[in-house]
Amino acid sequence: MKMKALSKNTRSNLITYGMVVTAYVVMEILLKAGMVSSLLRGLLVPLCMYVILAVSLNLVVGISGELSLGHAGFMCVGAFSSALFSLCMKEAVPAGALRFFLAILIGAAAGALFGFLIGVPVLRLRGDYLAIVTLAFGEIIKNVVNIIFLGRDVNGFHISIEDAFSLNMEPGGEVLINGPQGITGTPQDSSFFIGIVLILITLFVVINMVNSRTGRAIMAIRDNRIAAESVGINVTKYKLLAFTVSASLAGVAGVLYAHNLSTLAAQPKNFGYNMSIMILVFVVLGGIGNIRGSIIAAVVLTLLPEMLRSLNDYRMLMYAVVLIATMIFTSSPGGQAFRERYSLKALIGRKNQEKEA
Amino acid sequence: MALLEVKELGISFGGLRAVDDFHLTIEEGQLYGLIGPNGAGKTTVFNLLTGVYKPTDGYILLDGENITGKKTIEINQHGIARTFQNIRLFGDLTVRDNVKAGLHNHYKYSALTGILRLPKYYKVEKEMDERAMELLKVFDLDKEADYKASNLPYGKQRKLEIARALATDPKLLLLDEPAAGMNPNETQELMNTIRFVRDEFHMTILLIEHDMKLVSGICEQLTVLNFGQILTEGETSVVLNDPKVITAYLGE
Ligand SMILES: Nc1ncnc2c1ncn2[C@@H]1O[C@H](COP(=O)(O)OP(=O)(O)OP(=O)(O)O)[C@@H](O)[C@H]1O
Ligand SMILES: [Mg+2]
Repeated sequence: MKMKALSKNTRSNLITYGMVVTAYVVMEILLKAGMVSSLLRGLLVPLCMYVILAVSLNLVVGISGELSLGHAGFMCVGAFSSALFSLCMKEAVPAGALRFFLAILIGAAAGALFGFLIGVPVLRLRGDYLAIVTLAFGEIIKNVVNIIFLGRDVNGFHISIEDAFSLNMEPGGEVLINGPQGITGTPQDSSFFIGIVLILITLFVVINMVNSRTGRAIMAIRDNRIAAESVGINVTKYKLLAFTVSASLAGVAGVLYAHNLSTLAAQPKNFGYNMSIMILVFVVLGGIGNIRGSIIAAVVLTLLPEMLRSLNDYRMLMYAVVLIATMIFTSSPGGQAFRERYSLKALIGRKNQEKEA
Repeated sequence: MALLEVKELGISFGGLRAVDDFHLTIEEGQLYGLIGPNGAGKTTVFNLLTGVYKPTDGYILLDGENITGKKTIEINQHGIARTFQNIRLFGDLTVRDNVKAGLHNHYKYSALTGILRLPKYYKVEKEMDERAMELLKVFDLDKEADYKASNLPYGKQRKLEIARALATDPKLLLLDEPAAGMNPNETQELMNTIRFVRDEFHMTILLIEHDMKLVSGICEQLTVLNFGQILTEGETSVVLNDPKVITAYLGE
């Protein structure tokens, strides 16, 4: 009985890992065979990034049960801190792999730090209030990044919040962060392969955390806060832990993003609330708390608008139709009954029954 | 020394004095009943004992230690566990995981150990599984271990709540209307289980109940609350035959 439960869980997780690896292998073969359009090739790294964002946000929204709308802010922090690091270390650490590895650690640490600092005051709030405040914090991060000017010359670092001239640098000084223009010249260390590795690491962290004492505590708090307290579970600690880990992983997604572009600037498009909401849409459509669903939703919803490009103006219309259809399919009682009846598992089960009969 | 000693306990909600000058002494191993008409303040007493509400007056000693005003999780760690009048399970977790959540503070490993799946993770999880199944067996829930808790029938949900509370290894167990919504057969079975828990786990139990058959069947001592104040207290048979108690229940 116990073995069965364990293996059922493990099997489901293995399917998730397997799905990612298979997708990677298939994609690599297609790439080698030259069957991938340049458009799709350019989407590979962003796809990995979206998957990491969706899975990590699911940790807060699905597992911890808190509505957070500031995920893009943590991604922003990870992107800028790591891009700055890579830019500064371009000469000091010429080995791309090592430098990128360190950049990822820095992005993760920066995300975690901001997640923790913002989580402490914000997690006292619940539901809609939490959503609004996290949304605000996400916007604040993006806007603050936009007014930072940072330069480096022989005397060291200079910082200003006005413009590049007020940095007062010696001749030959270099502007690292140029306010709204952001960071230019980040080494392009991201690749599809690294993106996949980071997805697998994200999955490893999230899945193992959920299926442990920690995850149990987090979900217990989600299901019934008062009861969780009554059995001695520290509510603040575990909520904060989930929030911090999630922010840290969003930071990693930011690293991937920053090192995929030569210019990194904080815009509403990439680090604004539209992005946070889009990630939330992935999570909701994939099924709240469903890790594999988050992956599929992130991939499908990123590819869909591109695939429908030929439809021009009808593109967003189709997108909306797919959104609504998925929502009905995954959330309405009718859709759920349909899924149960025609799911792979049910079909196989029925066949076995027929065999036995 | 008594296991639980409560003196002059009181709380007001705005102008309402929900509990006033409440006292209670429970010896180790006792099965104690707290009864009274609807709205008398019984659940409020539980909430005061477990730190859900902070008392405005009085003090609470558990095993000689002052736990007045402490937080719920601290009080649980000191040794008070409870169930709730309106069942509060971890609905989306399995029956087994509900109990394992109760074991949280007794079987530990760090978050990192869990993520990295170090050997300690497997060892402790195995011990937790064994302990959880042991507890579930007591309540005849072992066959439902993999069910989602919210899918259990009502009577079994109540039992699971008791199992989860016991998992925290308390000195004192508080049961808030454990028989509510149960049919006579289930109630009879529950009475046996409560007795079993007291005898086998050497547990001290304080319970709130409206079912007089259960109360007279298993409680040794009673305190009767009415409008937030103690109406009377003492041995069960004496208290239940007290005309004051009968009028309080039937109304004047
Ligand atoms: N948080 C609160 N705020 C305001 N009033 C409260 C609060 N909690 C309880 N009360 C009031 O205190 C009184 C006692 O309530 P309590 O729930 O303790 O009654 P009870 O004896 O458990 O009744 P029942 O048998 O119906 O469960 C009631 O009048 C209730 O409305
Ligand atoms: Mg009550």
